[in-house]
Order: sequence, then structure tokens, then C-alpha cells
Amino acid sequence: MLKTILNTTTALAFLTTAAFAEETPAEVKIGITAFLSGPASVFGEPAKAAAEMIIADMNANGGIGGVPVSATFIDEGAGGEALLSEYRRLVESEGVDAMFASISSGNCTKIGPLAEDLKVLNIMWDCGTQTIFEENDFRYSFRTQANATPEMLSTLLYLLRTKPDFKTIAVVNQDYAWGRDSWAIFSAALQQLKPDAQVVAEFFPKFGSPDFSTEISRLQALRPDVILSTSWGGDLDTFVRQASQRGLTNTSTLVLPLGESSLERLGDALPAGHIVGARGDHYFLHPEKINDPAFVAFVDAFTEKTGDVPTYPVFHVSQALAALKGAYEKAIADNGGEWPSDEQVIDALEGLTFAGLGREVTIREDHQGVEDQLLGTTIRVDGYDFALLDNMMMFDGEPITTPVDQVSSEWLQTLTPAFIDSVPVDTFQHNN
Amino acid sequence: MNVQLFALAIVDGVSYAALVFLVAVGLTLIFGVLRVLNVAHGSFYAIGAYTTASVGGAIFAAGFSPWLAFPLMIVAAVLVGTLIGGPIEKFLLSRIYHLEDVLQILVTFAVFLILEDFQRLVWGVQPLFEATALNQLGTVTVFGITYTAYQLIFLPVVAVLVLVGLRLGLRRTLTGRLITAVTEDREAAITIGIDAEKVYLITFIVGASLAALGGALASATTSVVPGMGADMIVLSFAVVATAGLGQIEGAAITALMIGLGRSFAVYVWPEMQVLVPYLIMFGVLLVRPQGLFGGIEARKI
Amino acid sequence: MTSILSKRWLLVFIVALLIVAPIVAPSTQVLLTLALAKSLAVLGVIVLLQAGQVSFGHALFFAIAAYGAAFLGRSMGGGEILLNLVLGVVAASAVALIVGLFIVRYRHIFFGMLNLAASMIFYSFLEKFYYITGGSDGLSVPRPTVLGMALERAEFEWILFYGALLLVLGALALTHRFLTSPLGQMMRAIKTNEVRLEYLGVSSRRVLLAGYVLSAALCGLGGALMATAQGIVTPEYAWWIRSGEFVFIAILGGAGSVNGALVGALAYEFVKNYAAAFAADIWQLVLGTVLLVVILFAPNGIVGLSQRLGNGRSEKEEAGQ
Repeated sequence: MLKTILNTTTALAFLTTAAFAEETPAEVKIGITAFLSGPASVFGEPAKAAAEMIIADMNANGGIGGVPVSATFIDEGAGGEALLSEYRRLVESEGVDAMFASISSGNCTKIGPLAEDLKVLNIMWDCGTQTIFEENDFRYSFRTQANATPEMLSTLLYLLRTKPDFKTIAVVNQDYAWGRDSWAIFSAALQQLKPDAQVVAEFFPKFGSPDFSTEISRLQALRPDVILSTSWGGDLDTFVRQASQRGLTNTSTLVLPLGESSLERLGDALPAGHIVGARGDHYFLHPEKINDPAFVAFVDAFTEKTGDVPTYPVFHVSQALAALKGAYEKAIADNGGEWPSDEQVIDALEGLTFAGLGREVTIREDHQGVEDQLLGTTIRVDGYDFALLDNMMMFDGEPITTPVDQVSSEWLQTLTPAFIDSVPVDTFQHNN
Repeated sequence: MNVQLFALAIVDGVSYAALVFLVAVGLTLIFGVLRVLNVAHGSFYAIGAYTTASVGGAIFAAGFSPWLAFPLMIVAAVLVGTLIGGPIEKFLLSRIYHLEDVLQILVTFAVFLILEDFQRLVWGVQPLFEATALNQLGTVTVFGITYTAYQLIFLPVVAVLVLVGLRLGLRRTLTGRLITAVTEDREAAITIGIDAEKVYLITFIVGASLAALGGALASATTSVVPGMGADMIVLSFAVVATAGLGQIEGAAITALMIGLGRSFAVYVWPEMQVLVPYLIMFGVLLVRPQGLFGGIEARKI
Repeated sequence: MTSILSKRWLLVFIVALLIVAPIVAPSTQVLLTLALAKSLAVLGVIVLLQAGQVSFGHALFFAIAAYGAAFLGRSMGGGEILLNLVLGVVAASAVALIVGLFIVRYRHIFFGMLNLAASMIFYSFLEKFYYITGGSDGLSVPRPTVLGMALERAEFEWILFYGALLLVLGALALTHRFLTSPLGQMMRAIKTNEVRLEYLGVSSRRVLLAGYVLSAALCGLGGALMATAQGIVTPEYAWWIRSGEFVFIAILGGAGSVNGALVGALAYEFVKNYAAAFAADIWQLVLGTVLLVVILFAPNGIVGLSQRLGNGRSEKEEAGQ
């Protein structure tokens, strides 16, 4: 009896939203969750600025299928409850058509099941945890970029191709899920691809640590050939600065898979000869786009607006928007030119290929995006007061992404040293 | 662990302790006189760091001498203490001395929340870094390990100077004696005609300036980021409670214990590093409930 | 008489509002459930405030119960909501008994700081022992059955909301009972005159320990409810700002009465949520300002304010007659 009453009530609540789905709406509403406060706002703020610019540009050029796009932002920094309730409010009360969530992997994990229940298109636009689509079978969630496995694997491949003879490695990662997960992936792959490499120290200083002096003293005593740090934001800046102030950057090669997002802020603290990645093919001097007027115009406009060069979250949000636009356009075409239902848009996303600011990305059947990975070695160039990338390699995303229906931790165990040279790669030099 | 690593751990611990002490001593000074546990203390630390890093960045970019970095730190600290700390005491805290402890703490918690957003509105969210002062002093090599002279020598020296200066200032100067008098016995001090309001204001400004100085000094070694104040405040609480409330020398020794404990943890058992301050605090308070150096307060009957 | 009456009317009014709110405005339902869960923890903090002690670490018990519910649910492949709640309360009370044995020896700032230290140790533990606790990403809590029934999300949330409302009302009544009992009176005496209490031959530590365990049990109930409602637990549950938030809400609602917990939690959740939604850049500033205004101008919180208004009106009426 109770169940019937409840069912009727909820059915009534949903009825209102379902009835007019196929009429062309006045606007396509999206909700974007991003850190606007806290340390991770170094990613959220640029992404928000970029999203506003790209949406304005889209609307100036006919929006999506002639319908303008509007975006609302939610601060991930306001905490879990505020995020979840605000997410629901946007979907249930504001009738948002698509949600982009989120930067934090923890938040993506929280929101995935919620999006299924709310039956709303959810684009995981920045989070990196590889477990999302390995452990869940979501209909409504898609990821429009790579995940931690290809990101860390490409970092290792770059290291092994450019510095095959290194013997010792140490790690200094932030003590939270990403720091631990990324090291788990990297070290598992390292064991398969270069079993003789020796891990001499593992440090996990707490997230937001203001001081790495003690860690650096120990690293100086140990003198590892390579120091990996998947840290980001203020933590990475502080670590690299303190390392360079004390000469650690002269004796060990730093490998910084998220270094691209700190390049400009690090200025002269990051000398030449260290390895930097970008969580995808994200670089404001993207070697294939550097002569593309639209790309250059965007980078200039963004730098003009924010005072900083665009970093990877900007590319990620551009990909999410491109995927949304692509899916709607494909669904409209499939629907004989009529405005599609939400479900048709979701069907269109599977297998979709789209391009944001970088190379093309394809959504696989498990909803994971396949994205190429760019890494490079720092060089100092006249005219820039921060390090740029040279000897860049762009790894093909397909072979380094865990195959559908496999779990990263197991798949990594199947790799052999022959894998290193089997991954197709394009190389580029700095050219300006 | 051999002798070399032992020595390195001590060196690392001391330079960290110096910074912690500077922040904690301001907190303990304020508590000693005003009897308010100031949660917003961490905000002064952060604002001191932001001010130094942003102003420093601007003046060095304009071509001024890099040696100005040092006087700038002091100027920034005093300005933050006076212009932000001063009004907070004068217009807000002065109204709440008659309230319960918990309300006083919550008022400072509210100030902390407000100042967090104030920092974001003024300085944005991108990490700032301004290491001119540190670079000016160069590096020193100990046991084959390179240290910056700034962290190895300068910070501990500043900490010792502040400690000695505070002690002498409180004993030898008139203002210092007035502060001591109010700390010892507020009612008696007011009865003999000491202007307690003024003493409160001055103490708060000095305490806030010390926190800001801690931030200014830290800005040369660390990224200035949103949220840096929240972390510092918890650590300072641990120092102040362990030392005994209002204990200046106690704060120095506790900061040293926590600094050394932390660096030894990195060498021996890195996973324990974050727990060290709290474990020390728990251990000390279990044995000495009033803190290492705290006197037993007479119970009010 | 008037004050008791106005208090009661306020509660009746709020409960009536709560009963209809999710039907009239379905999108508020989850928010309200979370506010209810929080109000239980705040109630725990209010219990201690009666003894004049303030804890800046009660998030510890909130988090212990939440993680307890998460582990239980995960080990049972879903679990049962009643078991979650019971386990949460038991775990929080057990830990409170152990921690409390030490902490009740301390008063005021030291009491607050030791609680803070205990919660920060647990927080660091949650972050550190990643392979057990999931680190900062936390653990997901599977949706439990309700009395053996497996429900869809929508139905589950309806039950959760009205269940939480009943729990809160029960907890309010129980706590009110406790505070007016002899033991509760003795607890209040710790605030007003502890020495006299000791002269009467009562162990103030034992009294405070009883209050401490009750307050932790309430926090535990809130934490287990929150974990179940959110479907995820993170170390944030034990972070000092959350403990501060509980105290904040207690003062906002009015620490003098148990109803303050409910009123405060509702007001707080709404201010925070709408500030975060409509003033995303300055929500902390808004919260801080609200707190300042309450302390400076309405130190007895919203409940006190409504009483004052109520009293004012009745006095006027009396004067008119």
C-alpha cells in the first residue's frame, strides 16, 4: 500500500518534465560543477572562464541546432551536501538538459548513480579516476577525456623512451585518492615494463602541505635518477620551487604528469630537461594547432580575459561542450531534423567523435573517451618567462586505454616490455 | 638511522619549528591577555603571506632592489596586524568579552569565514609564489645536502629574535608591563587605573602582526594558496594547548618538539607525519592537563 | 508559561512545515533530510553546552558512525537501514566512552581542544589508511533495505525523510527528558557551579561522561543517517570545520533549548545552500555574517528570538487589557 502511494507520487512528479521533451526548447540549459573555492579552484576558475567564452561563441554562431545554450555553475568546494542538493535542484527544478560533473573524482563517484536515478545526461568533464566505467555500467554518464590509466601509462612510456637507462625512482605524491591511485597505476606498469627499476622512496605528504624541506633533504641523500610527482596546484608549485631552490632539479629528473597546469606559475623555478604531461593533448602551443587561427584566437582571447595561458581544464571543458553539441546535432539529424528527446541525445553520444581545442576524442561503448596523450621535456625559450615543451610525443590513446570490460589493475599486469615500442606516437619539436 | 641522517632531521625540524612558533606565539599572546581563542589567527597568517607575495611581485617587477624583500615583510606584517587586526578587535571583539567562551570562539570563526572569502575576492585563487628573499640569501651545504640559508639560518634566527624581543619587551617596556599586569590579574590591573581596552587592542595588533609575519616569512618558501590559513590554525592550536595557554617560551619549545617530531617521522615512518602534532598534544595533556608550562588555574568558587 | 507555549508553537509550526514541504517542493526533500541528520549531531553538541562545555571535535563521532554504516553496508552487500543506525549509535557511544574517560577530566578550552585533536587524529587516519578507508574519495554506501524491503531511490528517499523526521522528534523528546532528569540537572550544575556539585558528593566527571556518551550517540545517529542519505562517506565528515559547523548551528538555533538544534540546522542548510547557489563566490562571507549577526544581536539564537518576539507580543496584549 505504502509502495503504491509512493510510486504514484513520484510518477506525478516526473510527469511534468517528460511531457514536452520533443518540442524545440527556448534554450539548452547545462549545469557545470567546478571548484570555485579551495585549492582545486586553480582548475575550476579557468574552466569556468573558458566555458563562458566558448558558450558565448557557440551562441553567436547559432547555439546548438539553432537553440542558445546557457550554463549555471555549482561550486564543488562548498562540500558534498551542497553539491548533491544543488545538482538535484538544477535537474529537478530548473529542468537542466545536461550536467557537467565534475573535477573531483570523489564527486564523479558520488554523482554517477544520482544521474542514473535522475535520468539526466551527465558528462564527467574533468575527473580522472579509472574506476568509474570499470566498476559501473552507467547509461547516463559519459567521460569526454581520458582517465588515470592512459595518463599515467603515457607518462611512463615517455620516460622509458627518453630515459631508458634510469635505475632508481622516487615518488612524492599528494596524500589523497589521486596521489595514491596514480602511483598504483604507474608502479604496476613500471614493474611490467622495466622490472629492474628500483623504487627508493615513496612519500605521500598531506594534501596542501606547505613545506617539503624534509622530503627534499632525504631525496638529496638518496639521489634517485627520477622523481615522479603527480601533484598539482599549490602543492606542485611549492615542491618544484623548493626542489629547484635546493638544487634537486640538477641531480634528478622530475616527471610531472600534471606539470602543464603549473608551467606558467612556476616561471623560472622549473629549469630545462624535466618531463611534463598535460592529462591529454592539452597545451597552449599545441603543435598541431599552433597554426590554426581559431585556436590561436581562442588562446589569445583567453589570455587577454584571465591573464593566464589556458591549461588542461580549459581543454577539458571545451571537449565536454563539443561532445554535447556533437551529440545534439547527430541526434537532430537522426531524428529527421526534429528536436530530439533526452534519450536520443544520450544514444547519439555513444561512439561519437568530436574535437574540442585539441585532437579528436571518441566515446567508446563503455562511455569512456579515448584521448591522445601529449608529453614533453621542458626547455627555456627567449620571449617566455616560463618553461615550454620540447621533444613532444603524442601517444595514440587507443592502445594505452584499458580495453572495454577489463579492469586497469589486471590489464596492466598483462603488459610486457615489447609494449613500449608498440604504441604509435607522433613527435614534435618546439617550433615558434 | 645514522648520525648524518639524525643531524639532517634536526636541521629540517628546526627550520619548520621556527615558522610554527611565529604563528603560535601570536595566538598564545592574544589568548594570554584577551582570553579569546582566535580562530581567525590563521587568516592573518594567510593575508600576511598574500600581501607580501603580491606587493613583492609588483615592486621587484618594477625593478626595485631585491633586498627590499626583507623590510617589506615587516611592513606587510605590521600593516596587516594594524589595518585588519586593529578594527576587528576595536569594533568586534571588544563587544564580546562578556560573552561565554563558545560565543567568543564562534565570533572569531565567523571572522575566519569572512576573511577566507575576502582573500579570494582580493587575490583570486591562483597560487602565488615570491621567493626573492630566499634567493637573495643563497644556499648552504651540510653533509652534502643543499639547504637554503633562508630556511636553515634566517628563519630560526628570526624566531629567536622574536622570542627574546617579546620577553624583553614584556619585562622592560611600559606597554609590556601593562600587558603583563592585565594578563596576571585583569580586575586588579583595571582597579589601579590601567586602560585595559588599550592593552587589549595593542596586544591583539601585536599578536595578529606576528601571525602575518609568519605568513610573510613563509611566502618565500611556499605557494600562497586559498585554505592555507585553515591548516595553520589547527597546528597553532595544538602548539598553544600543548605548551599551556599564554606560555611564550612554552610555545617555542612545543613548536620545536612538533617540528622535530615531524621531521623524524619523515625519516623513520613517513605515514605518521601528519599525526605527530596531535599525538604530542594528546600525550602531553594526558600527563599535564594544563599543558607543559601552564600554571594550575585557581578554580572560581 | 508564555515562553514554553511559544516554544511549543514554534516546534509544531516547523514540524507541520516539514511534513508538507517535500510534497509541495519535492526538490527540497534531500536537503531537508540532510538538515535533519545534522540536527541530530547538533542536538548532541547542545547536550554538552548545557554543561558549559563546547566540543570542537564532535565530527569524530559523526564520522565514526558514518564509516561504521558504510563498512557494515558494504560487507552485507547493501545492509539494512535499522542495522546501520543501530551500529552507528553503538560505535559512536563505545568510542565516546573510551575517549570520554580521558576528556571529561578537562574543561573549557582544553575540553574543546582535546576533542579537536581526537577528531583530527581520526581525520588523518581516514586520509592516510587509503586502502581501508578509500582515502579522500571516501567509501560509497550502498542503499540499504528498509525492514527487509529493497526500494527504488525515490521511495527510499521518502521513507528516509519521514523516518528521519520521526527520529529527530524522538531524539528531541528524549534529550529534553534527559536534561530535565536529575542527571541532566546535575549536568547543568557543571556549568553553573561544579564545585558545589562535588561538595554534594556527586562525581562531576561521571555526570559529564554520561552526557558525553549521550551527545556522541546523537552525533552517531546523525552520522549514520547522513551516510545513508548521501550514499557516500568521506574524511570531510571528521574535519574540524564540520565540528565548528555543529557548534555554529547550535548557536544559530539557540543553544538553550533542544529545539534549537532542529531550527538551527534547517536555517543553516538553507542559508548555506542558497548562498552557495546564488552567491557562489561569497557563500562563506554570507555564512560568517549571519553568524556574527546572530551572536551580536540574538545571542539566544532563532529560538530565543522567536521567544522574545512571542513574549513581547503577550506583554503588549496584557498591557492592552
